[in-house]
Amino acid sequence: MGGLVVPLEHVLLLAGLLFICGLTGLMIRRNVIFILMSLEVMLNAAALAFVAAGAYWGEPDGQIIFLLILAVAAAEVSVGLGLVLQIQRRFKTLDLDQASRMGG
Amino acid sequence: MIPFLFYMAAAIALVSTVLALTRSNAAHALIYLIISLLAVAVVFFLLGAPFAAALEIVIYAGAIMVLFVFVIMMLNLGEEGDQRERGWLEPGVWIVPAILAAALMIETVAVISMTEGMTSGEMVSAKAVGIKLFGPYVLAVEIASMLLLAGLVGAYHVGRRLSERRRGGIS
Repeated sequence: MGGLVVPLEHVLLLAGLLFICGLTGLMIRRNVIFILMSLEVMLNAAALAFVAAGAYWGEPDGQIIFLLILAVAAAEVSVGLGLVLQIQRRFKTLDLDQASRMGG
Repeated sequence: MIPFLFYMAAAIALVSTVLALTRSNAAHALIYLIISLLAVAVVFFLLGAPFAAALEIVIYAGAIMVLFVFVIMMLNLGEEGDQRERGWLEPGVWIVPAILAAALMIETVAVISMTEGMTSGEMVSAKAVGIKLFGPYVLAVEIASMLLLAGLVGAYHVGRRLSERRRGGIS
């Protein structure tokens, strides 16, 4: 209990700042690859918050959720990169605004 | 000593993340993103989660980033490959990631050379994680395996359908 040398709030602040970086990148970039990278950063920030909380209470649950987030990230990035290849072949560009046929 | 290492790793993670998401070249951004993941791995280690730190490096910085590298190489985004390759060897491209990575390296060596108090607080070992993972959380493991299978099938489907259709269009 309370085994961290740095305060838990500082770790959570780092996770929040990383998440904000990822969210900002998601909104300001139009390149599909950069959007996928921003998603990775956001997932990583969430995982950092989980591991920090798990370490704070000295329980392995945080690291288990980290493992599950890792599986989600791997599945997401494999499908996402397949979509990147498809967008590149079909539209000859990686700009997401060119692929807005669904009106999103 | 440990708080200082933590704040240094946190600063490296933030700086390299911001740099990664503001690059125009996807390959340069990937280098910064890998540095960011390594910094987060150091933070995990300092928090007393060495298993998570190892997985962060092996799976995130290793496997997932290699997927990105493969796709960027397949797309071949630039114009002249030769020109680009030569440009990559200029110091301006790699000096900042190298400095950040060297800082992380120094940090890791410092942590390992400290005999007492290698991690802050109590360490949650890989054994504890494994016992809990295959005990109460075994259903989550099964769900994760199904998710990964779905990802595998989905990626195969998305990649395969298109090449067949394109071949059909040509013939």
